Parts: sequence; C-alpha cells; structure tokens
Amino acid sequence: MLEGTTRPPDEVVALVPPNIVGCTVEKVAVNAVMAGCRPEYLPVVLAAIEAICTDEFNMHGVLATTMSVGPILVVNGPIAVAISMNSGINVLGHGNRANSTIGRAVQLVTRNIGGGAPGGIDRATLGHVGKQGFCFAEDEAGSPWNSLAEERGFDRSQSTVTAFCGEGPSLVMDQLSRSPESLTRSLAASLRSAVSPRVVLGMDAMLVISPEHMARYRDAGWDRTRFLAELTECLMLDTDRIVAGADGIEEGLPPELAGHRLPKFRPGGLLVVHAGGSAGLFSAVIGGWKNGPGGSDPVTREITP
Amino acid sequence: MTTTVLDPTAEQRPATRERTDRPESLSGLTVGLLDISKPRGDVFLNRVEERLCAMGATVVRYAKPTFTKPAPVDLRHEISTQCDAVIEALAD
Repeated sequence: MLEGTTRPPDEVVALVPPNIVGCTVEKVAVNAVMAGCRPEYLPVVLAAIEAICTDEFNMHGVLATTMSVGPILVVNGPIAVAISMNSGINVLGHGNRANSTIGRAVQLVTRNIGGGAPGGIDRATLGHVGKQGFCFAEDEAGSPWNSLAEERGFDRSQSTVTAFCGEGPSLVMDQLSRSPESLTRSLAASLRSAVSPRVVLGMDAMLVISPEHMARYRDAGWDRTRFLAELTECLMLDTDRIVAGADGIEEGLPPELAGHRLPKFRPGGLLVVHAGGSAGLFSAVIGGWKNGPGGSDPVTREITP
Repeated sequence: MTTTVLDPTAEQRPATRERTDRPESLSGLTVGLLDISKPRGDVFLNRVEERLCAMGATVVRYAKPTFTKPAPVDLRHEISTQCDAVIEALAD
C-alpha cells in the first residue's frame, strides 16, 4: 500500500479529531488496506484526510452532531480516470472499488485513529448509509460546464478531492421538462426542501446533475453561471410561508422574519456536480449541515503523489 | 514464519481522570453553567440558575462560541479554575 505514495511512512498527515491524534501515512495505509483500497488510491485517501481534518471542515462537529451527516468526497481531475473511478451509471451507489473503498478508508481513519466511534463522539440520531464511506468522481469529460474543482479555484490538470458535509442523496425526478427554465424551477422545488423546507441560508447543499438533465442546459447554451443565477432566483423564499406556525407547523423561522424574501442558500452554498448514467431524467440533492465558521465549510485539497 | 500484525488504531488512549467527588451540598460553592449556544439553552439555564441560587450557590455563566465545536481550551481552563462544579446544557 505504501508504494502508492511517495510520501514517507512516518510523515504526519493530519491531527485527526476527535482525539486530535497525529496520524501518519503508514497508519492511513493500514486503514486503507482494511477498507480494500488498491495502492494507487492512497494519494486520494491522504488528501481526503487532510481535507476533513481542517478547522474549516470541522470533523469533530460533523461527528458529534445528532444530524445525519458525514464527509462526502468528490474527486476531480486526471486521477479519477487513472484509478478507474466511477462517474457514470450508479455513481452514488456501489459496484466500483475505488468509489467504495476510498470513502471507507477515510471513515476507518476517523474511527480507528481519531476515536470517533458511533455511540461515542458520533452522536447521530439516525446517520445515513453513506457514513460507511461516500466517494465519487465528477463526469468532467461529458460536462459542458467547468468542473466543481475549477469552480473552487483549481486547474483542470490538477487532481483534487472536495469534502462536503452532507446527508444521503435524495432523487429529483423530472422526466417532462424540455426547457432549461422548467427544469431549473423543478430542481429548485426539490432544493427548497434540502434538510428542511424551513431552513434558509444556514445550511449548504450539493446538487448532482445527471447527463440527461444537463443536456437541457447544453442544448440551450446555459453555462454554470447562467444556471446558478436562474436557480438562485427560483430559490428566493417568501418567509411568510416558512415562519414558525405557518401552515400549522411549529418549526420555522422566528415570526419576526415574516414579510421578507430570503435566498435558500448563502452565496456559494450550493455545490453543483455533473455525474450519473447516460440514461435517466433524474438528479440528486444532498443536504448539508450548519455552514460557515460555526459549522462546516466544504474543503478542496489537491491530490499529490 | 513470522507474521507481523499492524495496528490500525492510534495506539493511544485518552487519559482517564477521576471525577471530582460529588459535593454534599451546593451551599457556598461556585457552580458554572455552560451554555453550548444552542437555541433556548438560556431558557433552561436561567431556571437552573434560579434553583441553584435558592440553594445558596454562586452561579457563573459561560458560553461556547458555537455548539458545533469543542469548548476552547481557555474556556475550559477558566471553568476548571473558577468553579467547584459545572453543568453543561444542551437544548433545542
């Protein structure tokens, strides 16, 4: 396994929460073996560990929360192809060794090295199956848009992993929209419910757009910037409908916020990724967790040999 | 043949410390109330403070900057050196 990286075995990769333990390349490698990784996956695992063990990602809080979230890893760049990661059919599911084991290795490091075991520091009420390990690659070659990594300031020639604190994916079904305007409104309708229809601004989300949905935007000449601008407008929420007590639901914004229009997401709070099989008019929403300095921000790290 | 078994854990264990003995009475003691900064935690702690004061305790209030991260080291030190007992509140 250690032959998969040029980094020395005794190099400390990160201080792993919650026990703030210095974790060496060798320890990551041991856990990567247990997860079923091939040696060439190790650089991705190492970069992912670096990403989640930052103050910005706040892995301690991600573990300790009662909400159903865990690290979701998106791989971009040449390494995704080089190690045969899946960005196509069943991309968020099983069946690909790299996708299945990289996320698992990261979870094992968190548990075995950091001490973040369920029922201990991990206090999730329900959890989600992705906490076994959740890693996939973006379909860059088939996308008319810049990639998630490029959107986050990296070059297309760089390999990166982005860690996002998220729930399990929820399917968005729209088989009838043929215009980008209709599909955008449809995606917005599902995104409004990310985490809860009553949550605004405080939590991010990831949107995984499938190739057939992306075709609506490619055909119409919409780029990522145009899409996000139109989507943001569709996600302006009338607070009268989501304050506490509205529609007989006690959950909601403080009543004094009634009478406003607020965006569902903070600027940059929606991560958009292109992935999935070539047939099927579906996308997926992955709800996030509390964002910003008082929560978890997405973190992207370059993957180096 | 020699078999080498590699340990996947940190090979460390957090130090175990004995809890301070439970005080027989709170009268005259200083009790810290740590609000983890979740909504309505203050509602719960305000009531606890009333009850503690009625029992003769001196109450000192503390708050974490955010409920999503561990209490800063300085805050933990402050509480440990200023209080005889501490109550941490989680609320929603």
